[in-house]
Amino acid sequence: MEFTLNREQQLAQKMFRDFAQNEVKPLAQEVDEEERFPVETVRKMAKLGMMGIYFPRSVGGAGGDVLTYVLAIEELSKVCATTGVILSAHTSLCAAPIYENGTTEQKAKYLPKLCSGEWLGAFGLTEPGAGTDAQGQQTTAVLDEATGEWVLNGSKIFITNAGYANLFIIIAVTGTVLDKRGRKQKEISAFIVERTDPGFSVGKHEKKMGIRGSSTCELIFQDCRIPKDRLLGAKGKGFALAMKTLDGGRIGIAAQALGISQGALDETVAYVKERKQFGRSIAQFQNTQFELAEMKARVDAARFLVYNAALKKQSAADGAKVRYSVEAAEAKLIASRTASDVTRRCLQLFGGYGYTRDYPIERMMRDAKITEIYEGTSEVQMMVISGDMLK
Amino acid sequence: MKAIVCVKQVPDTSGKVAVKPDGTLDRASMATITNPDDLTAVEAALQLKDKTGCEVVVVSMGPFTAEGMLRELLAMGADRAVLVSGREFGGSDTFATSQILAAAVNKIGVDEDDVVFCGRQAIDGDTAQVGPQIAEKLHLPQVTYAASIEQREDGSLVVKRLLEDGYMLLKVKTPCLITCVKELTTPRYMSVGGIFECYSKPLEVFDYEALKDDPLIEVDTIGLKGSPTNVFKSFTPPQKGAGTMLEDAGQLVGILNDKHLI
Repeated sequence: MEFTLNREQQLAQKMFRDFAQNEVKPLAQEVDEEERFPVETVRKMAKLGMMGIYFPRSVGGAGGDVLTYVLAIEELSKVCATTGVILSAHTSLCAAPIYENGTTEQKAKYLPKLCSGEWLGAFGLTEPGAGTDAQGQQTTAVLDEATGEWVLNGSKIFITNAGYANLFIIIAVTGTVLDKRGRKQKEISAFIVERTDPGFSVGKHEKKMGIRGSSTCELIFQDCRIPKDRLLGAKGKGFALAMKTLDGGRIGIAAQALGISQGALDETVAYVKERKQFGRSIAQFQNTQFELAEMKARVDAARFLVYNAALKKQSAADGAKVRYSVEAAEAKLIASRTASDVTRRCLQLFGGYGYTRDYPIERMMRDAKITEIYEGTSEVQMMVISGDMLK
Repeated sequence: MKAIVCVKQVPDTSGKVAVKPDGTLDRASMATITNPDDLTAVEAALQLKDKTGCEVVVVSMGPFTAEGMLRELLAMGADRAVLVSGREFGGSDTFATSQILAAAVNKIGVDEDDVVFCGRQAIDGDTAQVGPQIAEKLHLPQVTYAASIEQREDGSLVVKRLLEDGYMLLKVKTPCLITCVKELTTPRYMSVGGIFECYSKPLEVFDYEALKDDPLIEVDTIGLKGSPTNVFKSFTPPQKGAGTMLEDAGQLVGILNDKHLI
């Protein structure tokens, strides 16, 4: 097991870092305060090939790898977690399931648009009554035999990128089936919905504690009609598709959490050298030194888990018969807890100034919390990990 | 048409500057970057490529470690790179360097519609001599301090030179050499696709053997021997304190008066 970045990954990391520092950081405070989706940043990322990093050139991607994608989210999230999650949701939750499950036609139609950033992607699984309990889905999709169209009805909530996305992966109930023990279960399938499809609309925009520039909205389906060939993957395999998609998504969120932690640490190291109390910089106090040391060790530990999950997903993408659910869950569990812990402790080192909006640390602390909740709460991650241990 | 861009890897002066006992820079112990004005020159060449589809060749003289910089330029969109590297070239001053780079550009070949781009000057030497010297040695017309470049339909270029007290518009025929200032443009980032492509793009090494037949290359025109410059002393000048902005001449007179200078 080795975590040495190869020469391309090193160059990419340098580019992402320069881009984040020069283009993303200057907007971060405004994006947060005005709850503004950074459209111009997404456009710039698109131009640089960041919207399809690990997809092959044949489908319009940049021909990179999963770890490079993780490096991108990490560097973006160091300075602006909103920008980090835009890229993560677009890539992991929309482009990836199409790339992994789509028909040749679906891939040819959608991946070039997504990878070039012409279209932004989103993913709709969560409903008012179905969060962690994804089986509780109420949204239905019924095939209209007469027209050969799927008709979707229902709603989704908390959908990242919703206000600006052109393409949505939607999970819906397509019937009932009997499980192994003969009990009735919902049959769940996945669909591709375009923003302009009739009967589809984007509803209420959520006002959030953190990642305030991220567009989190409700999706509404009122007799939303889509062509038959928009079924993604096999009928009835939507739940497995969603779970596998979330395995990948969790690596992105883990990278976001890692970026938030590292960004907070970077800000804090700079601050404690400047800030003077009792006639010397607070960096000279042992409490500061021990806090920094422990936080760095924890962030590095999280980094190893995140990179490990990325490498495991890469081997799966390269054709190895490996699963990475547990690695992804471990990475997200630890990286998100680290983010909450580290940002809180960093703010303490900033003292009163850290509590003001003159410094980015309070934003980072607010942003960190969501990483313990979305794309599977920490408790879900523990269910995944222990489920594998006790099977 | 092609654009040949001469670039230099320089110490990152935002870090610590180290000097060897002989007065030259201890480059090995310092982080390196692409010289900022040279990056502007690369961007100018890439913009010409965007418009005309011309080939962009980047060329640098330096140690083998300069390959990393050249790969970055390939990741920005340059098509191929040439690294001029050899023990014989070590210790060259601006005269010897331009001698060697001119020979390298000669070997790459300058056609009728080609443009050679250089940065105005490097942040380590600050001489602004290499570009103009290359032009002289290649017998190319040169335009220095370019702040904008516009291509005319007849293939000629109209270059705006940025001078201390204004600007000058010059029309120049290709082939020519242009040195660029940072006001010209902002260098683009590497693209992700470019990064994953850059190690498969051609990078050729020109060593002494490759260039020795060029009439510009003689034992006493290259390397330390071919360098008339002697470094007397290198040092970091003390930083000046912040100045005071005055609103009008009356204030100035007041200050001078207070100091009993007038």
